[in-house]
Amino acid sequence: MRATKPPARPTPAKMATGILGFDELSNGGLKSNRTTLLMGGPGSGKTVFSLQTLVNAARERNEPGIFVAFEETASQILADGAGFDWGLPALAKSKLFFLEAHLSPEVVQSGEFDLRGMLAMLKAKKEEIGARWIVFDGIDVLLTLLQNPIAEMQEIYRIRDWLANNAMNAIVTAKIEGEMSPAVNYGFMQFMMDCVIRLGRRLDHGVSLHRLQITKYRGSDFVAGEHPVSFGPLGMEIGAPEPPEIKHTASTERISAGFERLDRMLGGGLFRGSSTLITGVPGTSKTTLAGKFAEAACLRGERTLFVSFDEGADPITRNLSSVGIDLKPHLKSGLLRMYSGRTESIGAEDHLVKLKSLLREHRPRCMVIDPLSALAKAGGLSTARAVANRLIYIMKDEGVTVLMTAISEGDDPQTEATELQISTLADTWIHLSYVVRSGERNRALTIIKSRGTWHSNQVRELILSKAGPMLADVYTAGGEVLMGTLRWEKEEEDKAKTMQRRLDFDNKRSALELAEADTHARVTSLQLSLERQRAELARYSKDNDARITSSSEREQELGRIRNADPTGRASTPSRGKRNGSNGSNKGRAAGQRNAR
Amino acid sequence: MSRRKAKRPAGPVVTVAVLRLYIADSAPNSALAIANLAAICKEHFGDKFELEIIDVLEDPQRALADGIIVTPSLTKVSPSPLTRIVGNLSDTKSVLHALGIA
Repeated sequence: MRATKPPARPTPAKMATGILGFDELSNGGLKSNRTTLLMGGPGSGKTVFSLQTLVNAARERNEPGIFVAFEETASQILADGAGFDWGLPALAKSKLFFLEAHLSPEVVQSGEFDLRGMLAMLKAKKEEIGARWIVFDGIDVLLTLLQNPIAEMQEIYRIRDWLANNAMNAIVTAKIEGEMSPAVNYGFMQFMMDCVIRLGRRLDHGVSLHRLQITKYRGSDFVAGEHPVSFGPLGMEIGAPEPPEIKHTASTERISAGFERLDRMLGGGLFRGSSTLITGVPGTSKTTLAGKFAEAACLRGERTLFVSFDEGADPITRNLSSVGIDLKPHLKSGLLRMYSGRTESIGAEDHLVKLKSLLREHRPRCMVIDPLSALAKAGGLSTARAVANRLIYIMKDEGVTVLMTAISEGDDPQTEATELQISTLADTWIHLSYVVRSGERNRALTIIKSRGTWHSNQVRELILSKAGPMLADVYTAGGEVLMGTLRWEKEEEDKAKTMQRRLDFDNKRSALELAEADTHARVTSLQLSLERQRAELARYSKDNDARITSSSEREQELGRIRNADPTGRASTPSRGKRNGSNGSNKGRAAGQRNAR
Repeated sequence: MSRRKAKRPAGPVVTVAVLRLYIADSAPNSALAIANLAAICKEHFGDKFELEIIDVLEDPQRALADGIIVTPSLTKVSPSPLTRIVGNLSDTKSVLHALGIA
């Protein structure tokens, strides 16, 4: 055997199926030159899985393949496969060969038959087109025709030996009835095969959910457990679980949550790559805030994805334009992509797959999901929760800043927590509510939490206008929040009070200024009288001196005239001073002083 | 139209069965089919049949072109309608019914 194999070109251990998610689950795909058994109920995706693998091998690696159709006619399979973006009609002409192995009801059966002839034909075809892959689709149909358990086993062994000798990657599919019933019939087949995959479909809350499980993989690692399956334009996609380790990097870059006042409340905006949840009852402007966030992202030149559920992109853009949010130019430039999904039509898992493919296609930096709570309508709540969690993790991995909205049943934000439980995962949680008072309904915005950043604890009133959303301070009076007209009244009242205070102050100041001026004037006048009195005193003292001087001079003159003997002159002035109170010479002395 | 009419009175209508048996070498079921078919033909057709035995292992392309799925397979090419029987032909009754004899 070994000698016949060409020594060159070592075959890789595993061949990728190209089915999104499956190659990760199976740690690389299907084993080369081995056989995989695919089991599942009707409509569980066996044919799609196997055909998609063939198509991918032919398209990606130029490996031709053979499809043996036991259950359906080749034309049916080609018609079904043409629904996917595979280019199947062209491939069927060159790289893929379909063997019609469907025994029509007109064929009469008489006695036993075997697959020797068919395998001889397949070998001839394999050599003709150089096939590397082969699918036996619906082998259970053939086995039923054999009507004999021993013959069944014989033919299975025949196929296995044939595959081993022909070195082909093979997929054998078999139908099992009911997902839970053990496939007793195929016990030996499962034992023989290297890899066994189970596909299932069940209804959950009226939504059909597809599942895939690898139950056996000889000599290979694989991720156990059931994995969600969904179908898109490229075929089947498996929702591979997210890696258990969280490796998100935390950015310190801040981006705008939409408008300046909200950013200030958030301590400078949202962290890049963070997730924000906006909850509120219907009509509290969740979509408006989401739209503002998207517009701000587009204005920064960032690619943005706006996913809405149960509301079309067109009405949303129209409604947003009424509050000054214009998304149209960004849609036109391709910066913004809008996708509207209908929740009830497909399961939450399928939505996840769709969103993942949108993320891949558009590569957004910012994303809006409005409302995320719609996922809870698509199938069961547990699934929706798992999907919401995975979605948040995926976006964290991609570093996409996401803003999600969720409809809460009541005005109490805690009611949201019981639904999808995303509030615990979100980094920032903004709650919008109505405050009804005095015949008015006003919107209130609260930041319930914002991880890793300071944020305002205060309630703000959210006001929508043609210029977009804005926030206003609210008043608390007697333990109640005042909004709308009451807030306006309170504002006016406060304005009036301020005015009054200013007036009062001005008056008081004027009065004080007057008093001060008055005092100042009095001080000046007193100062003047003080100076006058001083001057008077000085003048009086000088008069006295002058009088004493003149009297002593006169005394000396008298003495000189009268030839008096010189007496103690030193005592004379003191004597004179003592007599200074005599004002008889005052006028003369003043006149002398003035003349000098 | 005129040609066919002209042909008919030329002689008595002889129905000749044209059969093709696809086998896989000397596999047990194939060998059994040959034996079973020989017995049926001898008893019901006398010499008024043509049988072609095709070994799929030798000429797989022919079998592919003829739309054969499993071996052994018997095809009645004529008289029309074309009939197909699969298996080793051990159930004589169903074979005769399919060939339009019984």
